[in-house]
Amino acid sequence: MLIQMLAFYLFAFLVIASAVMVITAKNPVHSVLWLILAFFNAAGLMVLVGAEFIAMLLVVVYVGAVAVLFLFVVMMLDIDFAELRAGFVRNFPLGLVVALILLAELVLGLGAYKIGAIQLGEPSGVGAPRMGESNIESLGALLYSKYLFLFETAGIILLVAMVGAIVLTHRPPKTLRGHQNITKQNSRRPEDATVMKRPEVGQGVEL
Amino acid sequence: MIGIEHYLVVSAILFVLGVLGIFLNRKNIIVILMAIELILLSVNLNLVAFSAELNDLVGQVFAMFVLTVAAGEAAIGLAILVIYFRGRGTIAVDDPSRMKG
Repeated sequence: MLIQMLAFYLFAFLVIASAVMVITAKNPVHSVLWLILAFFNAAGLMVLVGAEFIAMLLVVVYVGAVAVLFLFVVMMLDIDFAELRAGFVRNFPLGLVVALILLAELVLGLGAYKIGAIQLGEPSGVGAPRMGESNIESLGALLYSKYLFLFETAGIILLVAMVGAIVLTHRPPKTLRGHQNITKQNSRRPEDATVMKRPEVGQGVEL
Repeated sequence: MIGIEHYLVVSAILFVLGVLGIFLNRKNIIVILMAIELILLSVNLNLVAFSAELNDLVGQVFAMFVLTVAAGEAAIGLAILVIYFRGRGTIAVDDPSRMKG
């Protein structure tokens, strides 16, 4: 129990600290690296409550795909990041006020739950973990039976996102420049390209 | 003992940090996208914590769908960012009047 508590506080502290670094880092490359750390620690938090599948999904999808995508775009675009930070100090008070109000509201909701004003719903039982099976087995049984159509919809969403990203960034190849006509090159004869001249002594050549 | 309240507090702080990040980096759309990822991460944390608390796996199924949408959103957002940069040479988004048409 003590080890679980220590692990929770370690993960929670690291995820919040790296989230702070994500939004305050000067260099977006550092932001992406802190984001990866935040995802790793959030995955650790999820492992602590027994959601191994979502934790592994988080590592694979976010760290392996999304973060690398971010890193790729940050490094590919040649951007003056100092100019983009110009409004940082100016926006700080407003952002802080909004964030504090939001935090106060969330804490109020949590307090209402603590004193018993909010009752959690009862699970219907369809999603109860099966006895003696791991998290992944129970989740798979649920995904491929009751939530099959939602699962397929998720696949279609990913397909649409992929097609959309390709369509947005695809540039048609330039056919005018650098076009090579092999037949024309092969059918070229020496007499088409060179001219024999026999100039008189003291006179130039007129082509 | 770690209860659901601990998870809710962590998730609330993460959510607020994400919103704060959108305000702080208003010009830098890459960091705004990262802040949105933080917000979605906090939502996922919330779903998973409640799923474990109520002993109901449906929360984890929903967390997976949130993850799917987050991945698609990041891909589309970065694609739009790339074509925006290609046409303009900068990614500053402080001049929204240029976005129309």
